[in-house]
Amino acid sequence: MSNKAFEDFTPGDVVEFHHVTVTEDDIIDFATDWDPQPMHLDEEAGKASILGGLTGSGWHMVCLLMRGMCDGFLLGSTSAGSPGVNEIRWLKPLRPGDELTMRYEVMSARTSKSRPGIGIVHFKFETINQNGETIMTMDNPIMFRRRETAEAGS
Amino acid sequence: MTYFEDVELGDGAELGRHTFAAEEIIAFARRWDPQPFHTDPVAAKDSLFGDLCASGWHTVCTWMRLNVEASERLIAEARAAGGPIPRFGPSPGIFDLKWPKPVFVGDTISYRWTFVEKRETNSRPEWGLLTYLAEGTNQDDEPVMTFNGRFFMGRRPE
Repeated sequence: MSNKAFEDFTPGDVVEFHHVTVTEDDIIDFATDWDPQPMHLDEEAGKASILGGLTGSGWHMVCLLMRGMCDGFLLGSTSAGSPGVNEIRWLKPLRPGDELTMRYEVMSARTSKSRPGIGIVHFKFETINQNGETIMTMDNPIMFRRRETAEAGS
Repeated sequence: MTYFEDVELGDGAELGRHTFAAEEIIAFARRWDPQPFHTDPVAAKDSLFGDLCASGWHTVCTWMRLNVEASERLIAEARAAGGPIPRFGPSPGIFDLKWPKPVFVGDTISYRWTFVEKRETNSRPEWGLLTYLAEGTNQDDEPVMTFNGRFFMGRRPE
């Protein structure tokens, strides 16, 4: 578990925080639940698609990143959620057997004007495959309580 | 709506509604977003949200599932009519995703999308790029999710 608070994020920080391998079953299970398009469910349908093989849903990549963020640094931190996401780019397909590395760069960190106990950290996240290709980026702020506020229990 | 050329800006569709039960909020969050305010009703009381609420990704994934079901119906109707089948290609991404309010246990969210931009692409002459606005609103008509997404749609053959 992480114990990170707002003060632990400094603009320019680059941190690798998670690794995960994705199987064909993982891809099909996610697609069955949330994105049951043929190219995410079936190798033959994938071959017939513009991506040329079974590929994972873009939303699967997002959920894998979210889980990686939780396991990598959010759980146990003073995170207070996120108001939204500026941009998600799906640059390359997710394929069975991919070994993914997740990384963040801190773009900015500032205290909230309306809620002084809260800081807003703006991240750029990248998911990189075993060939060193960035398959997805996500650009979003996350709110964290400041350490002294969190320790005061407010 | 069979080809990219048939799409008019402002066209859209109601995708249907979904009511979020505590069990599924917790099940989704345990798998994908296990932060205490999404998994633990007691801890959630002390969070900024004040109560157990769905992961924002759960709200978005539910939009996606309803959207895919609507597309599958469109394809099935085209097939049944014996006409050409619309082709949907991959999405390069989304932007300006916002969760203006949490989705709490028992909330019923109505989902829709509307086309807001269309663009021909030089790099993929068989495909056109469409931008849509996706929205979810709760039973009090308050927005809980909005984003803009893009995807490729097959063009009319020359």
